[in-house]
Amino acid sequence: MKELSLNILDVAENSVKAGATLTQIHIDEDDSNLTISIIDDGCGMSEEVVKSVIDPFYTTRTTRKVGLGVPLLKLAAEQTEGSFEVHSKTKEEYPDDHGTKVIAKFNKNHLDFTPLGDVISSITTLIQGHPDTDFLFTHSFAKRKIELDTRKLREVLGDVPLNEYEVIKWIEEFLKEQYAEEN
Amino acid sequence: MKSLAELQAIKEKMQNKVVLREGSNEIRVVVGMATCGIAAGARPVLNALVESVNELGLSDKVTVSQTGCIGICQFEPVVEVFEAGKEKVTYVKMTAEKAREVAEAHLQGGKVLTDYTLDQGEL
Repeated sequence: MKELSLNILDVAENSVKAGATLTQIHIDEDDSNLTISIIDDGCGMSEEVVKSVIDPFYTTRTTRKVGLGVPLLKLAAEQTEGSFEVHSKTKEEYPDDHGTKVIAKFNKNHLDFTPLGDVISSITTLIQGHPDTDFLFTHSFAKRKIELDTRKLREVLGDVPLNEYEVIKWIEEFLKEQYAEEN
Repeated sequence: MKSLAELQAIKEKMQNKVVLREGSNEIRVVVGMATCGIAAGARPVLNALVESVNELGLSDKVTVSQTGCIGICQFEPVVEVFEAGKEKVTYVKMTAEKAREVAEAHLQGGKVLTDYTLDQGEL
């Protein structure tokens, strides 16, 4: 993937596929480090599956025999001498607290750091494709935090779908404004 | 400044629309958005389709949605067009530019751009 924002889009899709009602995407960055956390409340994975999910030859889909999404994010993090973790709890074992957490840490100053890229586009793409599930996106810097919570949007919109063209445009402009604000 | 008041205005505008989106959509456009698609460039293809559908005034007739792995990863980005009573059309190796052409010629004009479709012999 040419940008980390594409890895984010890819792995967040897994959360939606797992039946998440809320998928959280958090980016925390300072001068030297960047951490991407993707947290969902989906069906979760057993310990065995968690061990397999980083294997490129493991997948739950039936169309092909490879599943590259998680391995590619892991590779991107590790090639900067960062780190990668997956934690998960299945619905069966934890009926009230299930889901998956993926945490990828990057050294921004490493030569092999993939640029973060167009995060806004990834967020709008997720909402466009999955208007019935919620997303909480935050991007934190030393002195400020950008945030979008689709639950708050729904409070105002009622049953207007989040993938209405004008709503997606609003979200895009809203995030652009927040990113443009300098301290 | 973007405000929630603008969203409220969008909601009110939608409520005045006589035709509800569900039910009147005749054409379904589906963009592959699995790992292969994303890596190959599906995000800009999706964006171009969403923009074009809006620009050409086709929102009541066309829905654009996303899907997972279609199984022909080497041909991604893939765009499938479903229309009641017609055969599914599979566009392959799409770009934002081609997506705009497809929106105009096919979604609006009803003409399949066979130069961009999957040749069964290639499979």
